[in-house]
Amino acid sequence: MIRELTCIGCPMGCSLTVEVENGEAVSVSGNTCKIGENYAKSEISAPTRVVTTTVISRQGIPVPVKTAGNVPKEKIFEVVSLIKNAKLSLPVRLGDVILPDVAGTGVDVKATKTVG
Amino acid sequence: MREFELVIIGGGPAGMAAAIAAKENGIDDIVILERDTQLGGILNQCIHNGFGLHTFKEELTGPEYAERYAAKVYELGIHFELGAMVMDISKDKEITVISRTHGAETIRAKAIVLAMGCRERPRGALGIPGFRPQGVYTAGTAQKLVNCEGVIPGKEVVILGSGDIGLIMARRMTLEGAKVKAVVELAPYSSGLKRNIVQCLDDYGIPLMLSHTVVDIKGKRKLEGVFVAAVDEKNRPIEGTEEYFPCDTLLLSCGLIPENELSRSAGVELSPLTNGPTVDESLETSIEGVFACGNVLHVHDLVDFVSEEASRAGKNAADYIKGKPASPGVPLDVKPGNGVRYTVPSRLYTESADDGVHIRFRVTGVFKGASIVVSSGDNELLRRKGRIFVPSEMLDVVVKKENLELASGEIEVRIEEASV
Repeated sequence: MIRELTCIGCPMGCSLTVEVENGEAVSVSGNTCKIGENYAKSEISAPTRVVTTTVISRQGIPVPVKTAGNVPKEKIFEVVSLIKNAKLSLPVRLGDVILPDVAGTGVDVKATKTVG
Repeated sequence: MREFELVIIGGGPAGMAAAIAAKENGIDDIVILERDTQLGGILNQCIHNGFGLHTFKEELTGPEYAERYAAKVYELGIHFELGAMVMDISKDKEITVISRTHGAETIRAKAIVLAMGCRERPRGALGIPGFRPQGVYTAGTAQKLVNCEGVIPGKEVVILGSGDIGLIMARRMTLEGAKVKAVVELAPYSSGLKRNIVQCLDDYGIPLMLSHTVVDIKGKRKLEGVFVAAVDEKNRPIEGTEEYFPCDTLLLSCGLIPENELSRSAGVELSPLTNGPTVDESLETSIEGVFACGNVLHVHDLVDFVSEEASRAGKNAADYIKGKPASPGVPLDVKPGNGVRYTVPSRLYTESADDGVHIRFRVTGVFKGASIVVSSGDNELLRRKGRIFVPSEMLDVVVKKENLELASGEIEVRIEEASV
């Protein structure tokens, strides 16, 4: 089976053509760099995303956060809901862990801005 | 009257990069004037990731990217003033600024870098019929409300325009629990980056309706819904294709306009193609010692390109302050040819150009397997083939100095389409 993907590894957005066998990518073409190949492989077998959102601090000011790495795509809403319920007081420094191992993904949620 | 060698208007990514480059090139007497309460500009509300791949070789969020540059500004001891609103610039480089700390004052500058960024095209400029109910926002306003104020503008959303901010907000509103019913785009292609269509719309099953537009807005005090219709090749709504979408929020992501009120008051010549200043290869405007960079010059899609461009403006401003003589001779006009909407720079001094002159531009449509050609008369200065060129992605070519020496009269940048 052939699947057409758009690489999201960077703003180039390369159009990828992927040959799929048994749910795995066996060949990737159209990519400009290694990121495209890796993206296609994981997108076919187990798609992942970095999630960014905000936590409203006790002081009422939103603090932007991100998952420090990729999390499974199907867990995005669970991750966002857990982040929303996190409790947080200012000041916060960029890189502070807000929520460790979110939704059992092994990935920490970190503040992306120094606030307060 | 306070005097500075270099005054930078705007403390966003462009202003910060310009200040850092000027400082690193020997200018100490700098001030950045920023009207907001923090450095970073629009990056502060762009909490999504995807910034910095070119500059830092890693994927950062907007605030993280901003903080890296702000840290450098602090480290270098560059003076900046927040809450400082510039009201006017004169052609003699006198800047009128209002702030709580200094009141209304006039500052004199030897050189100025314009780094004011851009604004969103508002509803009034789009000519959408209907009432003016509460619930219609530009996408960037909604982004600021959600990400910086913690306020969610609505629950049922239609987005007009598929610019990047609109796509990003489609995902953002979805993650905040809203239902985004459609992104409606007048053009037959999206004006946003492809990766944003994949990860902001496709991931969440949000339909992108190309060649469609909003033809009516319902609701008198509060938005109740919008009518969407297909358009023909002349962008005229096709009768009988109207579809009603009930919604409480309409977000507009219909283009960005460089914010050049101050440039205009200074008498800087503006380009009708970019709505930004016309500049030469050193990013100097029509007024000597006044440089422009970032979104005030032309709207960028990548902040990395803004930083790189602004660094050049900052370095060139430093050279100007240090007494680099004016470029000799008459500049060559750089003109957009087939398939090219505009070029930056629009004029070029070949003699004083550094090795490798950047020419940045956007294409007018989608071109597959085509080539970028830079030529002057019968001389070809550069040719680059590409898999795909799209209007949403700014293109950047670097012409070597040895090739520039072949140029005379004018330089044309065009797209040569693949022969069928």
